[in-house]
Amino acid sequence: MNVLRNRDELGAHLRFQEPGKAREMAATLAHVTRSIGREPVSVMHVCGSHEQAIARYGLRAVFPRELDVIMGPGCPVCVTDVPEVDEAVLLAAQGVRVFTYGDMLRVPGSVKSLADVKAEGGKVDVVYGIGQAVQLACETQEECVFFASGFETTAVATAAVILAGVPENFSVLSAHKYIPPVMEIVAEMPQTRIEGFLAAGHAAAITGSAIFERFAERYKLPVVVTGFEPLDILAGLIRLVELVRDGRAEVANMYPRCVTREGNRPAQEALWSVFRPIGGRWRGIAHVPNGNLRLRDRFAHVDARRRFTIDLHQLWDRAPANLTQHCICGDIMAGIAAPTGCSLYGNQCDPDHPVGACMVSSEGTCRIWHQYGGHLDLGYGS
Amino acid sequence: MRDLIRDVFLQGEQTLPEGTIGLDAMDDGAALRVGDEWLVMTTDSYVISPPFFPGGDIGRLAVSGTVNDLAMMGATQPLALTCAVIIEEGFSRSDLERIQRSIHATCREAGTAIVTGDTKVMRRGELDGIVINTAGVALTKRVVRDQGLQSGDRIIVTGTMGDHGLAVMAFRNAMGLEGAFSSDAAPINALVRAALECAPEEIVALKDPTRGGLSSALHEMAEKSGVGIVIQEHDIPIRDAVRAASELLGIDPLHAANEGKAVIGVRPEAAERVLAVLRRTALGADAAIVGTCVSERPGYVVLDTGFGRRLLIEPEGELLPRIC
Amino acid sequence: MCLGVPGEVVSIDGNTATVDFFGVRRQVRLDIVDEPVKPGDYVMNHVGFAIRRIAPEEIGETIALYELLLRTAAEEDLMAADVRGEIGATEGERSA
Repeated sequence: MNVLRNRDELGAHLRFQEPGKAREMAATLAHVTRSIGREPVSVMHVCGSHEQAIARYGLRAVFPRELDVIMGPGCPVCVTDVPEVDEAVLLAAQGVRVFTYGDMLRVPGSVKSLADVKAEGGKVDVVYGIGQAVQLACETQEECVFFASGFETTAVATAAVILAGVPENFSVLSAHKYIPPVMEIVAEMPQTRIEGFLAAGHAAAITGSAIFERFAERYKLPVVVTGFEPLDILAGLIRLVELVRDGRAEVANMYPRCVTREGNRPAQEALWSVFRPIGGRWRGIAHVPNGNLRLRDRFAHVDARRRFTIDLHQLWDRAPANLTQHCICGDIMAGIAAPTGCSLYGNQCDPDHPVGACMVSSEGTCRIWHQYGGHLDLGYGS
Repeated sequence: MRDLIRDVFLQGEQTLPEGTIGLDAMDDGAALRVGDEWLVMTTDSYVISPPFFPGGDIGRLAVSGTVNDLAMMGATQPLALTCAVIIEEGFSRSDLERIQRSIHATCREAGTAIVTGDTKVMRRGELDGIVINTAGVALTKRVVRDQGLQSGDRIIVTGTMGDHGLAVMAFRNAMGLEGAFSSDAAPINALVRAALECAPEEIVALKDPTRGGLSSALHEMAEKSGVGIVIQEHDIPIRDAVRAASELLGIDPLHAANEGKAVIGVRPEAAERVLAVLRRTALGADAAIVGTCVSERPGYVVLDTGFGRRLLIEPEGELLPRIC
Repeated sequence: MCLGVPGEVVSIDGNTATVDFFGVRRQVRLDIVDEPVKPGDYVMNHVGFAIRRIAPEEIGETIALYELLLRTAAEEDLMAADVRGEIGATEGERSA
């Protein structure tokens, strides 16, 4: 079948997916980790796509037992806070056509999700990207809002579309997030046991790896930028554990085919000319200073928050008590607590009615615990 | 969905003849004892938007689905089908005729016919275009369930996975993807018959990986049989376009629906024989042995990715593209 | 975050490229790519935007980087004979 031919070509060119090399790397990772001589060695990735890739390729089964790779607050959709979802829900309820990314559809607000609104007949459409949303808006007179989620990589696409000009009936409800500040939150948690960070390669493709240099120096923690293929992740972890072992709080770029020290300058210019960072809550985690991206005043005309009256209280008067304040996702992500230590877990919070980011995400720690009763050992030892 | 069926439709006592395989078995169809044979019956309703898609249409889907559900019980010679059509007021006459022609063509392919039917019209806005229900009956000497797996049994898929789900998704959601997408909607009773003839006792489980794809089918088979299943990802046949679109959209092709494929559980000694027979059939050229049943972790499906291992997750609801 | 998929540029029309993702083609916008691209180049795509041109020499650079990583670890290994046993143990587990 030509499937295999192409897979092999991909492997040779671009995909870094050779299982043999991966086994070699896994052995090296185990060796480097054990050479530290204590356990666990705890590192964190801050990227939902890293978790997806780790899960998809089954890499947890080959990580050495002594290495704890903690899933940080890395999925921008999961950390979208309840009021932000509520804003989109209210817009759709007003009859506005709302476009969004597929992973946002089921994220619950205080009363309902966009999927619920759609089921009730609201005009909610999933798009592949904001470009497609603009095209669809051109075909109608209706007011169209793009509910924009994602980290800086995705926010750049939003910025580019706004700069290129959008139709009169199109505006943006930004729930974009900015990663670097949340790493500081985790590093500053008093009981944190994180010894190093694996930084998100595609965000760093925009911002450049230099953005982490001050962080590494200030918190005395190494940061390794890496990609999303199995070999990228293993190589990134080897480098990170080496830096931990050697006590070197440095930034290493293991994803040179996508990331430079300076990053993508035109993209940065587009990003910061359209957006400004403000503080805001990340679902179940913390208030993150400069963690949210909002449209600058120059772009008020395409800012759904300024174009429409969104009366959140009308929803909240009917809403049950906000549970997110009891959520301990932040502690779970920091590796301080287990899901079973949360009063909501399995009671008010389950996969059908998720409260915090760790239950919203399909790869989230709480979701996995709920589904499989804790981590299942699929290692090759048994 | 399975929970809904359990919580609503399985409530209340029913008296059934001894030995009947009924609703509570939650298999692909029911089987009633008639003399020394089994009468297998099944019914299914079809809604799909849009009604025409690359590789098929709602008529082809409705006939294939019911013929295949019968085949998944081991009944590969459908005696006859029924067909009920509910249309929205204003539905295009030419589209309806096109669907009707497709229904008949697909029946011919499966070696069966529609023998009775019904048509209703509902007011505009009361349904989305068209709904088709088909039911089918067939006789068989031996019923094959979806729960006969034992440790050591091999798992065969009869062709490429995810074709229907990705074809409809790429087409419907205007994702801007250009590629060789085509739904696999087809009656596969002849293919299943060929397999059963070459290994009448050794084929112990059949399931069609429709909604929820291979993942859902394997989970149901593992759970009902009380075995674990280990799948080798590298051995699963997937078309280039399906694999590429899955990566771009961030979805798992093992969660995407198939409408012309079967998952076959077979005793180990007959696996290669069944595979050879399948590969000689027109619709089974890409058939492959993809996994093995184990006694550990009953009800779980483990995917060996070549890099490591993971649990195959059961899909929830509609497949959606993601960004992270 | 940020599902990114690499593909090969087939053709360019103004601000938009047709990119082959090894089985599927899709239009990708070039508004924010870091340097000019031409047919035959690889780009990293995210939500319909090229975020990076991947130069062929950078692919080679990554391969070299990974080889170096493994070689360095292997050399250290020679210096610490006791560690070799641990790798052996890991491999043993894996093949078991």
